[in-house]
Amino acid sequence: MILVTRRAEFSASHVYHNPKLSPEENRRIFGKCNNPHGHGHNYALEVTVGGSINPTTGMVVDLKELKTLLEREVLQVMDHKFLNQEVPAFASKIPTTENIAVEIWNLLAPKLTFGKLHRIRLYETSDLYVDYYGD
Amino acid sequence: MVYLTRRYRFSASHRLHSEALSDEANLRIYGKCDSPFGHGHNYALEVTVTGPVDQETGMVFDLVALDGIVGKEVLERFDLANLNLDVEEFRSRVPTTENVCERIFHLLDGKLQGGGPLHAARLARVRLEETSSNFFEYEGDRGVSTHGPVQGNHPRPLLTKEGS
Repeated sequence: MILVTRRAEFSASHVYHNPKLSPEENRRIFGKCNNPHGHGHNYALEVTVGGSINPTTGMVVDLKELKTLLEREVLQVMDHKFLNQEVPAFASKIPTTENIAVEIWNLLAPKLTFGKLHRIRLYETSDLYVDYYGD
Repeated sequence: MVYLTRRYRFSASHRLHSEALSDEANLRIYGKCDSPFGHGHNYALEVTVTGPVDQETGMVFDLVALDGIVGKEVLERFDLANLNLDVEEFRSRVPTTENVCERIFHLLDGKLQGGGPLHAARLARVRLEETSSNFFEYEGDRGVSTHGPVQGNHPRPLLTKEGS
């Protein structure tokens, strides 16, 4: 199997807050990430698709299709958004990097008809990233 | 399962020299790395933990706790140290980045597995960059790979070296 990765970036803000916990618990668990005004990141997303090389095209997937899919299903949903309030999935789930990676998988996997989604890697900063393999 | 990776940095010196080998053999095997004065690196360490996403916090592992554990078990030991002279284990074991990577895994493993505030998480991988061209990964011997779901058993630790 050959793995092909496409990278995209988006900028978004978020707050780490669980309304089921007390304000003190939220501050203790999430620290500065609990700032009610939110904070932001330039997220870097790597979408990895696996498959065999098509003997006619020499490609595993058409990267133009993958780029279009990313743009429509992820970037238009999350880029330049306040995730907690503008992305429906995060109305009831904290937009941690873990949950965002899982949500991106859930957004892409059903729509990826031209290859097999292998991994979502999401960098919150250059020093922190999450991998999700759909299991 | 979600894999969370955090990157740290430490600077240390080392010398690659084995007392079990002759001077000629050391020079042949380790080349410039055998210089008796040693040399240094800015190491980049990636610690990967894995586990389910906690429903309450949305996290696999509390990053503040992870930073504390890595700081105490690894950075305090290795940062700004001479690995051969200041780290007990490497008085009798060559501090190649392979050995340092494996040692870091075992220093952290007991402190991360089932520990911290999210008890279902555990250490999955340690990746150590010696330079931007050489890096090493160790995943222990639990039969799970961070390179994706493993089909069947993964019988040996995954220890890779890439670059030159």
